[in-house]
Amino acid sequence: MSQLIFERSVAFRRAVRFDECDVPEIKLDEKYVRQSKARLPEVSEVDIVRHYMELSRYSFGVDNGFYPLGSCTMKYNPKLNEFAASLEGFTSIHPDQALSSIPGTLELMDKLSLSLTEITGMDAFTLQPAAGAHGEFTGLLLIRAYHNSRNDNKRTKVIVPDSSHGTNPASASMAGYTVVSVPSNEMGGVDVEALKAVLNDEVAALMLTNPNTLGLFDPNICEIAELIHNIGGLVYYDGANLNAIMGTARPGDMGFDVVHLNLHKTFSTPHGGGGPGSGPVGVKSCLVPFLPQGTLVKETYGYRYIDERDTLSIGRMRSYYGNFLVNVRAYTYIQSLGRDGLKSASQNAVLNANYMMNALKDTFPVAYPQTCMHEFVISLEQLKKETGINAKDICKALLDYQMHPPTMYFPLIVHEALMIEPTETESKESMDHFIQVLKDLKQLAYDDPQKILNAPYTTPVKRVDDVQAARNPILKYQFK
Amino acid sequence: MADYLSNTPNQQIQMLKEIGLESLDELYVNLPQDLILQKPLNLDAGQSEFKVYDTLKALASKNKVYKTILRGAGVEHHYIPSVVKQLSNREEFVSAYTPYQSELSQGILQSIFEYQSSMCEITGMDVCNASVYDGATAAAEAIQMVIEKNRRKILVPKNIHPQVISVMRTYTQWLNIEIVEIECKDGVVDMDDLKSKCDESSAALFIQHPNYFGLLEDVFNISQVVHMSGTKLVQYTNPMTLGYLKSPRANGVDIAIGEAQPLGIPMSYGGPFLGFMSASADLVRRLPGRIVGQTVDETGKRAFALTLQAREQHIRREKASSSICSNQALMALTSAMYLASVGPSGLKEVAEYSMRKAHYLANELIKCGFKLKYSGPFFHEFVTVGPIENSVLERALDEINVLSGLSLSSHEMLWCCTETTHKEDIDRVINRIKEVLV
Repeated sequence: MSQLIFERSVAFRRAVRFDECDVPEIKLDEKYVRQSKARLPEVSEVDIVRHYMELSRYSFGVDNGFYPLGSCTMKYNPKLNEFAASLEGFTSIHPDQALSSIPGTLELMDKLSLSLTEITGMDAFTLQPAAGAHGEFTGLLLIRAYHNSRNDNKRTKVIVPDSSHGTNPASASMAGYTVVSVPSNEMGGVDVEALKAVLNDEVAALMLTNPNTLGLFDPNICEIAELIHNIGGLVYYDGANLNAIMGTARPGDMGFDVVHLNLHKTFSTPHGGGGPGSGPVGVKSCLVPFLPQGTLVKETYGYRYIDERDTLSIGRMRSYYGNFLVNVRAYTYIQSLGRDGLKSASQNAVLNANYMMNALKDTFPVAYPQTCMHEFVISLEQLKKETGINAKDICKALLDYQMHPPTMYFPLIVHEALMIEPTETESKESMDHFIQVLKDLKQLAYDDPQKILNAPYTTPVKRVDDVQAARNPILKYQFK
Repeated sequence: MADYLSNTPNQQIQMLKEIGLESLDELYVNLPQDLILQKPLNLDAGQSEFKVYDTLKALASKNKVYKTILRGAGVEHHYIPSVVKQLSNREEFVSAYTPYQSELSQGILQSIFEYQSSMCEITGMDVCNASVYDGATAAAEAIQMVIEKNRRKILVPKNIHPQVISVMRTYTQWLNIEIVEIECKDGVVDMDDLKSKCDESSAALFIQHPNYFGLLEDVFNISQVVHMSGTKLVQYTNPMTLGYLKSPRANGVDIAIGEAQPLGIPMSYGGPFLGFMSASADLVRRLPGRIVGQTVDETGKRAFALTLQAREQHIRREKASSSICSNQALMALTSAMYLASVGPSGLKEVAEYSMRKAHYLANELIKCGFKLKYSGPFFHEFVTVGPIENSVLERALDEINVLSGLSLSSHEMLWCCTETTHKEDIDRVINRIKEVLV
């Protein structure tokens, strides 16, 4: 593996130099001043370039190859979006500039909000949340503010299905709620009877991903929403899986009161190796008065932001107005695809997933074999029993084929799970290749399991020792 | 219309056939049919790349990009070296997901490890996480790191960035945590008020240094006071200033957090930014979000991996202290690249030049009849009380393509200079102000 940039450091070497300062010196009291320089790397420009070029070779993005990472919607990130986000009129404006000096930004944010409103069937959007989990937290605070405004303070519980993303219960806790988990039924949907059993006037909301993390659309969704509404609760839509249904169905029509979207999933903005994302939140009209400060609203005399004068607002979720440049990319994407392109994108995401599921179903048991949405889950439990090769081993073996492995061990309710989401931008050829590789690996697991246990072979490091990383944490460079 | 699909209509038909369907619509047969939209979404039709390119360019050009920017308040215009702009856009970084598969993601993991290392160097801290959304959410998340069963009080002086306090309040509104404001005296923390409110029930004091008004706090003295009651000290800071100023750790700070936008990230109308969180070693398991650790592979070779994940939402679910999943990894990589490109001497120069230019501007404004609102030492930001209304001042400077300081009230203005503020720009500003005052 590469040297650390600190190991490339040579005293007094330097990349960027500044002009001499053209104003007089200032002396601060010694007590404020750093006594020795920080030991930052001292490197030349060519050192930096070669260092990061090396790091880039040891990284893998969707631009490098197939990335069927379930629930993450790793579709291709169009280059036009990057161009848009690099325009000086967007990158070089200060967030405290007068609104009159940034009409282009306001128009873009407004149109993006309106587009998201239409796509989801909601009444209004805030672009402020910085990522999906941040959107969840925002949505739960909105729900809490709504109940509170009605003096309905006994609602302390939020229900999540056992197949939900970990962020759902964690966000509910951040909003001060107690989490109640409900099991899935044999079809992978919410067990309606089990849900009924936990419904009472202490329930503030149900959080649901639909299609869910098994890639299944819950056929009882309208009944479920009605059950929650009947006891005075609200229904929250985790939009992680919206990529299955754009232009075909809308969470707003299913009875959801709040949704968050992951623009870095469904709307093609790149994930940057972990972020930045963007997690706008859409609401039905009953929740509009509570939207966070920093949300753009259009009024008869022009635009304004919700601020501290809007006393019902849940408050500010972060500084300023969201991950603006990410939102620029999403807007560019929506303009490019338009109403028909978005629908076609979702249809093809679902087609690709079903094509792959069909091609794999005789090789690996599919957890829930009905027509899936944009993703599906296979179980390697039987393979593990018969060969000792588990889901992780198969993933490590996949690394040698210039493909990113699927999401593994999620959802938690399927043993030895691999969750596969090809997305619409992937070609039949790359999916066929992946299918063949998985079949070959299964065969290899029976013929020569050791070969799989020794994988990967081509990566810069062999299997990484996670246990030691946690047991003996080294979290920064150890200077000699 | 662009759709970025790879499969041709013929391939789509062939694939449908293989799964026993005749049309794309049939993929949705399991949905309740009354949910199926009967008409197209009410959106524009898709457009060619060429048209969208024009549309976006036209939108961007409607915004005013100022030649000289004297507004900061947490978001600053610094020079971003070309090497940073160019390399941080490498597709392998940009189009990767979170590095769950360590062996395939050593580059991203190492970049975060190096970021953590550099941030620890400038703050003096032992550990740093892989980033959170921004500075304000870093402050809000830090509350969970300090709160104890019998310590539910968070002390915050009134000279912290108002948006930071605001986000801290939002995050804690349902959590049985009390946020207590500390008064200020001449713009800095009022030590008497602090002493009267800091006790065994306080979890931490959050200070901003340099503070929202640009003033320097006596951090060491403050740390002595709060530590007497076992209260922790959290410093919200602009990491750029740490090229010149004493590190938080050297002043006795327990947790250093802040907004790292000044380290190579464009102002971008407020995002994406970079919230950093660093702390002393004993607090590592209370840090939220991703952390990268160094370990070895099977052969004993150095390797990196996401670590201490038992803290996080995907393991702990409702027991996790934070729900953060996606963070700002690409911005962390960018800022680490920036720190390497300027190096220790360059970071010191950026900080020192910013300070010197601010003092030059302040002196010139004083000559025009402005007064400094506060008497204490400041760094690269300061507040004036002007002889004319801010609205007049803002307009006058706007006419010469200068974004004035931030208006705090009718006559009070918060100014910011960076290394990019040239003396001739300042002189131009002063001349314009003199014209207006005549």
